[in-house]
Amino acid sequence: MYKPNDLILRTTTSVIAFILLGFAVYLLLAGHNSPGGGFVGGLMTASAIVLMYMSYGMEAVKKILPINFRTLIPIGLLIAVSTGIGSFVFNVPFLSHTFGHFTLPILGEVELATAMLFDMGVYVTVLGVTMTIILTIANDR
Amino acid sequence: MNDLLEFTQKLIHVSTVICIVAISVSLLLLLIRVIIGPSNADRAVALDGIGINLMGIAALISIIIVTTKLNDVVLLIGILLFIGTLAIAKYLEKGVIIDRDMD
Repeated sequence: MYKPNDLILRTTTSVIAFILLGFAVYLLLAGHNSPGGGFVGGLMTASAIVLMYMSYGMEAVKKILPINFRTLIPIGLLIAVSTGIGSFVFNVPFLSHTFGHFTLPILGEVELATAMLFDMGVYVTVLGVTMTIILTIANDR
Repeated sequence: MNDLLEFTQKLIHVSTVICIVAISVSLLLLLIRVIIGPSNADRAVALDGIGINLMGIAALISIIIVTTKLNDVVLLIGILLFIGTLAIAKYLEKGVIIDRDMD
């Protein structure tokens, strides 16, 4: 049994995984007024993690990323539902969203919408579901 | 001045259409390689080439319909293509895609 040498693959992965995670965050934040959103962002993050799994093996990634992806599904659903529940506090119907203009220290004036929080919930849920499916299929032997 | 702008626009349009036709011919030839490829590695390499040509077609189409919204699609095709090709290569080499312990 020969020992495989994955030097090129591992070096490429450590560079490209960062680009993929950055692109995923870009897709998540740009979803309001250009193509993108929580779903594609979650899928991109999942593909970055799958890339790390493919090149480093299951044990090593489990050591550096100690997340049980199954717990991400209820967390994401809870975030999405709580943005809907939060509209009851202001006496408006369920899932009413609003936005406002804020002045942040570095970014200057930005428009922040509560639909972003709902998108975060979608992002976390999609990430959890995709990684659960892939890792469950990869585990059986 | 106006004539020059019109001529440039027409030139861009014509050259983009020619490029789309050329890439389509290239896609057809790659499809032949995918169908009759003797080994599975030939098919994997041909699928890689098809993905790269799809990136080119998406970029050219975004020139034809004047928009910048397709730039994300080009990057997305590239990333998914890389991961897919990597998975095929690893399956052909080792038999597993995500292995339990590498060392």
